[in-house]
Amino acid sequence: MLRKTMAVAALAVASIAIVGTAHARDQIRVVGSSTVYPFTTAVAEQFGKTGKFKTPVVESTGTGGGFKLFCAGVGPDHPDVSDASRAIKASEIETCAKNGVSDIVEVKIGYDGIVLAAAKRASHIDVTRKQLFLALAKEVPVDGKLVENPYVTWNQIDPKLPANKIEVLGPPPTSGTRDAFIELVLEHAAESFPELKELKKTDEKAFKKAYSSIREDGAYIEAGENDNLIVQKLDANPNAFGIFGYSFLEQNEDKLQGSKVDGVAPTFDDIAGGKYPVSRPLYIYVKKAHVGQIPGIKEFLVEYSSEKSWGKTGYLADKGLIPLADGERKEWATKATSLETLKK
Amino acid sequence: MTETTQMARLGAVRPTAEIVAARLKRRHNAERRFRAVGLGAVLLALGFLGVLLFTIVGNGITAFVQTYVRVDVTFDATLLGIEGDTNPDVLASANYPAVIKQSLYRAFPEVKSRGEQRQLGAMVSSGADIDLRKMLVADPSLLGQTRSLWLLADDDIDMAVKGHIPRKPGVSGNRLSDNELHWLSELESRGAIKTRFNTLLWTSGDSREPELAGLWGAVVGSIYSLVITLLVSFPLGVATSVYLEEFAPKNRWTDLIEVNINNLAAVPSVVFGLLGLAVFLNIFGMPRSAPLVGGLVLALICLPTIIIAARAAMKAVPPSIREAAAGLGASKLQVVTDHVLPLSMPGILTGTILGMAHALGETAPLLMIGMVAFIVDIPATPLDPSAVLPVQVYLWADSPERAFVERTSAAIMVLLMFLALMNLSAILLRKKFERRW
Repeated sequence: MLRKTMAVAALAVASIAIVGTAHARDQIRVVGSSTVYPFTTAVAEQFGKTGKFKTPVVESTGTGGGFKLFCAGVGPDHPDVSDASRAIKASEIETCAKNGVSDIVEVKIGYDGIVLAAAKRASHIDVTRKQLFLALAKEVPVDGKLVENPYVTWNQIDPKLPANKIEVLGPPPTSGTRDAFIELVLEHAAESFPELKELKKTDEKAFKKAYSSIREDGAYIEAGENDNLIVQKLDANPNAFGIFGYSFLEQNEDKLQGSKVDGVAPTFDDIAGGKYPVSRPLYIYVKKAHVGQIPGIKEFLVEYSSEKSWGKTGYLADKGLIPLADGERKEWATKATSLETLKK
Repeated sequence: MTETTQMARLGAVRPTAEIVAARLKRRHNAERRFRAVGLGAVLLALGFLGVLLFTIVGNGITAFVQTYVRVDVTFDATLLGIEGDTNPDVLASANYPAVIKQSLYRAFPEVKSRGEQRQLGAMVSSGADIDLRKMLVADPSLLGQTRSLWLLADDDIDMAVKGHIPRKPGVSGNRLSDNELHWLSELESRGAIKTRFNTLLWTSGDSREPELAGLWGAVVGSIYSLVITLLVSFPLGVATSVYLEEFAPKNRWTDLIEVNINNLAAVPSVVFGLLGLAVFLNIFGMPRSAPLVGGLVLALICLPTIIIAARAAMKAVPPSIREAAAGLGASKLQVVTDHVLPLSMPGILTGTILGMAHALGETAPLLMIGMVAFIVDIPATPLDPSAVLPVQVYLWADSPERAFVERTSAAIMVLLMFLALMNLSAILLRKKFERRW
């Protein structure tokens, strides 16, 4: 019996080695941002339902991790599409080109708002980005000098804010949401302090460090990548605030409310209209060399850029995507369907 | 003077028996305290387990039923856009959502505005048309007829019926508008809402619509992975331990190997995932997200557990049995295959099952080889992309839709059930084949 098992195992190992080498792919593979993941998966599912092609496989690797895989090369071993919650960087385009990935199609799919939300029964607050900087940065300017953040309660920053302890649950450093929050809120606010503005002129690196360091004394709590967990914690603790994507607020509006930032509440219309300050564009990137090699890429782009998916009343809007303006949508849809590549 | 005080003191000293009794009492008290602490620890652990199971079952039990809406559906050829053509290809691509929407509008003739009609149409799941398609393709004579059908409800309706979202009208920010709540109560009073056993949870793959999402893809992926894990790790593990225990000379090299195996058992599993990525994917070029690679990586994780358990089981076989066999002229190989292995098999199997149970619950190493992904199609072979059960739990826990909260707990219950079955079989095997010398 033992000898038989051994033989079977040897056979299994051998066959594994053989199948591993020759493998063609008939299914689209998508990698990238966890923010775009809910939208791309919804499109993938609809695309698969038509029955002509297999349902694409979508992995949530983070924007940076996605580009790393995407730019690793051309061929069935490498993904066809990369989701991104920011535009591709010049350095990433360079890496891509180095590995033979030269023709990349960029498609802007919509916007995402990053919200500061609290439990519904909590006191409503209306903050400015400057106040958020004072509440969350590791070092803040006091009397012309950068010092360790001294603020414990919100009303120490501004007497109009409530007398509650500063408690903000947010994403960890690996998250694209955090990168965007830092860029859109903290960097923007930092420039409005004369001390930091001075620093930017003299020492760009120190300035970057000053605005991108979030305090680590317990006022900002890294809550992991799981936004549902943040929702539950906010529901239990009315003094706490959470930072996450608009889609989670939209799904939980009976429990949570979004705080106004710079006087604008995070509503669908105000994010779409560009009034809400903390919003960012979302993209997908497609490898043109794979069109024709992997079946269905072109049709997938047609599905993604159709009105019934990314339009104002499309199914992606139901999932929390903030659609592009009408003209912009038309323009990107043409780019997507005609596979217009990124200019260097 | 000093002598008398000493005498007096001695006189005050208690007799020996009393001292012994007091000390005994102290020792008994100490023992009682120790037992109480021990019992307390056990109770605390049971309490935590109870709370965990209670919340999981409390959250997840409702996911095993699903809400359905009864709608009188007319298979109208014009609405379907097929003009009486009963060619199966035409029937398969007909416009079924339009038929469902029309049927709902007919159930509520007072709803006229486009916005409200949109809301009304959204009460039935976007996956309900698949059932209609199946019906009509199977029986084209239904065309033009009206049937009263139970259609899958949308996840928000499902949540309201199960009481997970508030049903009071006027709550701002509610997922369901006052209109929808009114229609829901109206349908309920007509007896057109009911809950049924959720078969989709067991038969379909992942989906972004909670009411359509199922575990079957993940279950199949888990089974494929575990079969590969077993095929690779069991023979390798047993062969390694037989060699190390019965044949290998005891020297510095074998000591080194032994230390390394013990260390490997404690290596964080994500490291094995990185190894899998580097070796299986990058060097051998195996497909990403495939249960084949998952199984191989999990086999690496299981190996140390199996080797350690197998060696312990072989050590427990008394030397007298080996000596008796050798004395009757058996070769070393015969001693091992005919005596040592059969006698140590219960221990080896228990170790293997425990290792497999550990592998069943792993997600971290699978993240590296792309198995943490949105995969809808049920894998047909171990080479197709697939998720596994713990990955499905992780993905659902991270989805924004409210209905995924209960489905996450349901998936955890299914996973725990598999784990309990595996552990139970380990206990039964041990009970059945255990031998004492």
